[in-house]
Amino acid sequence: MPVKVLIPTPLRPYTDQKEAVEIEGARVRDLLDNLTERYRDLRKHLFDDSGKLRSFVNVYVNEDDIRSLDRFETAVAETDVVSIVPSIAGGSASPAVVEGEVTFSKEEIQRYSRHLIMPEVGMEGQAKLKKASVLMVGAGGLGAPLGMYLAAAGIGRLGIVDFDVVDHSNLQRQVTFSAADVGRPKLQAAKERLSGINPHIRIDGYETRLSSENALDLFRDYDVIVDGTDNFPTRYLVNDACVLLGKPNVYGSIFRFEGQVSVFDASRGPCYRCLYPEPPPPGLVPSCAEGGVLGVLPGIVGSLQALEVLKLVLERGESMIGRLLVFDALQMKFRELRQRKDPDCPICGERPRIRELIDYEEFCGIPQAQEVERKMGVPTITVEGLKKLLDESDDVFVLDVREPHEWDIVRLEGATLIPLGRLPHEVHRLDSAKDIVVHCRSGARSAKATEFLLGAGFQRVRNLEGGILAWADRIDPSLPKY
Amino acid sequence: MILLPEEAVEAIRVHGRQSYRDEACGVLYGRAAAEGKHVLCAEPMVNAREDERHRRFVVTASDYQRAEAEASRSGLTLLGFYHSHPDHPAYPSPYDLEHAFPFFSYVILAVEGGEPKEMRSFVLREDRSEFLEEPLERKES
Repeated sequence: MPVKVLIPTPLRPYTDQKEAVEIEGARVRDLLDNLTERYRDLRKHLFDDSGKLRSFVNVYVNEDDIRSLDRFETAVAETDVVSIVPSIAGGSASPAVVEGEVTFSKEEIQRYSRHLIMPEVGMEGQAKLKKASVLMVGAGGLGAPLGMYLAAAGIGRLGIVDFDVVDHSNLQRQVTFSAADVGRPKLQAAKERLSGINPHIRIDGYETRLSSENALDLFRDYDVIVDGTDNFPTRYLVNDACVLLGKPNVYGSIFRFEGQVSVFDASRGPCYRCLYPEPPPPGLVPSCAEGGVLGVLPGIVGSLQALEVLKLVLERGESMIGRLLVFDALQMKFRELRQRKDPDCPICGERPRIRELIDYEEFCGIPQAQEVERKMGVPTITVEGLKKLLDESDDVFVLDVREPHEWDIVRLEGATLIPLGRLPHEVHRLDSAKDIVVHCRSGARSAKATEFLLGAGFQRVRNLEGGILAWADRIDPSLPKY
Repeated sequence: MILLPEEAVEAIRVHGRQSYRDEACGVLYGRAAAEGKHVLCAEPMVNAREDERHRRFVVTASDYQRAEAEASRSGLTLLGFYHSHPDHPAYPSPYDLEHAFPFFSYVILAVEGGEPKEMRSFVLREDRSEFLEEPLERKES
C-alpha cells in the first residue's frame, strides 16, 4: 500500500516538482529505497557515499523524527505521512575560540585517529579535548574507568583528588590498580597507570581530603568537575563548590546493584540540592564499604560519566543536564527521571541562602550521630580483653550479630550467630548468667545490639570494639578481612 | 540570479546587526522563474544553536516545516536561507557546504564589528562538490 512522502522544496527538482509522492513500503527503509529508485538523483542528497542518511537530512513519520522511533526500521502504514525535512545549518569558517594554540604531534594524530575521522569530533573536537581540564574527585571505583577513558581520549589536563591507599578489597572493581599496588597511595598508582595509557597529557594529583577550605581553590582551575565520591558530605561539598564557581558537575553514584548518573550545572539546570535538599540520616544509606557493590557496576557508571564529560567538552549531543539516569543491573534496565530546578533551592534557587561553603560533616549529621553513639555509652571490651577472657574462662558467650553471608566469610571460633534484626525474637537463646560479648564487622551494629540487651535486662554484656576486623588485625592475622 | 527587493536587503542587514557576535539566520520566500529567483520577503528565524553561536547557526526541523507550510499557504516558494558571518567574509565555509541542499540560495551577510557589510549569494553545485556564486541583484521597490 502506498504511503505519502512529503518532499521539501530543494529536492523537488528531482521529483518532477512534486510536493508529495506516493511510495510503496512497510518500513521507512523500503520507502526511501523505493523513492530513490524512482528518483535516482535524490539519492546523493539524502545519503552520503557510504550509504548513510546525511546528518542534516531528517525523516519524520507524522510528528516524530525516525531517530526517536525505530530509525529505518520504523513501520509505516497507509495513513502515515512521511516528511523529509532538511536541517538548515551553516556557519562561518572563523576559528572556534578553543582551537587557540593547540597543535598535535604525529604520534598524537595516530593515537586519536578514530576520533579525528568522525566529523562530530575531528581536529576541532580533539583540540577542545586537549584544551580541556577535568578534575576527578576520587580515584576509586568510579574513578577507574573515568580516569582511564578520559586519559585515553586525550583530555589535556586531568586532576585527581584522593588521599586513600590501595587495599585488597579495592581490586574487585578498581581496575586501575594491580595486586602489586596494594599498600601504595592510590594517587601515585593512578598517575603511573594513566600516564602509561597516555603520555601526552598532564596529570595533576592532590593527595588531600577535599574540604570546605580547599575545594574552591582546587576546582577553580578546571573546566569540568567529576564526582566519583562515595559519601554524602563530599557529594554536597562538590555540588556547592560547583554551583558557587559555575562549573558543571558530572555526578555518578553506585550502591550494590544500582547506579545513578546525571550532570548538574546550575546555570543550565538543577543542582544536586534541587534533587536532594537534605542528606539522609547518617547510617540510612550505607556506603560501598558497608553495603557492598557489584564489581562491574562502577565500570558502567564511571564510563557513562566519562562519556558525559566528553560530550560537555565537545559540546555535542544531549547532555544529562536535567535528567537523572538510574541503572538497575539486576533488571538490566535504564530509567530516566526528569529533574527540575527548584526555585527554592538553598544554593541555586531564586533567593540563595548558601553563599559560601559550609561544614558538610555537620550538615550531614555525622558528628551528631557519632555523639549519639558515644552517649549510648554501652560497656565495651577490646579484642585483647576478649582474648584474655576466652583464655581464662569457659563462661563466655560470643554473640555475632552480623548477617549469615558475612558469617560465611569469616567467623570467630565458638561464636553464635543471631543477626541484629532477629535478636528480639531469639533473645531466649542467651544465658544471662554468662559474660556476653557482642560483635559485628566493625562495632556499630553490635553497639546497638548491646544497648538492646542491656535494655532487656542483661547485665554482663559488652560490645567488642572494632569488631571482627580488629580481631583479625590484632589477634589472629590469619583471618580474612572484608 | 537572485533578485532581492531593498526591504529584504534592509531586513537582513538589520537582523545581522542586531544579532551581532551571534550568527543571524532567516528564510527567503518568493518565486522561482526561468531567469532566476525573485525574493519577495526575508523573514528572521531563530538560531537554535546553544553553543558557538558566533560561528554556527541551525534552524530546527519544526521551524523549517513551518516555513514550508507558510510558503505553500501563501502560494510562494521557499527560495533559500540567509545567514550572517560575524567578523568573517561573505563566503561559504566548508561547514556551509557540508550542510547545503541543492536549489536553495544561501545568502551570506558579512557583519564586521557589528556593521553589516557585503552580501553575496551561493547555490550548491549539482554534484555537491562546491558552491557557485549566483549574481545578487537589488531592486528598488
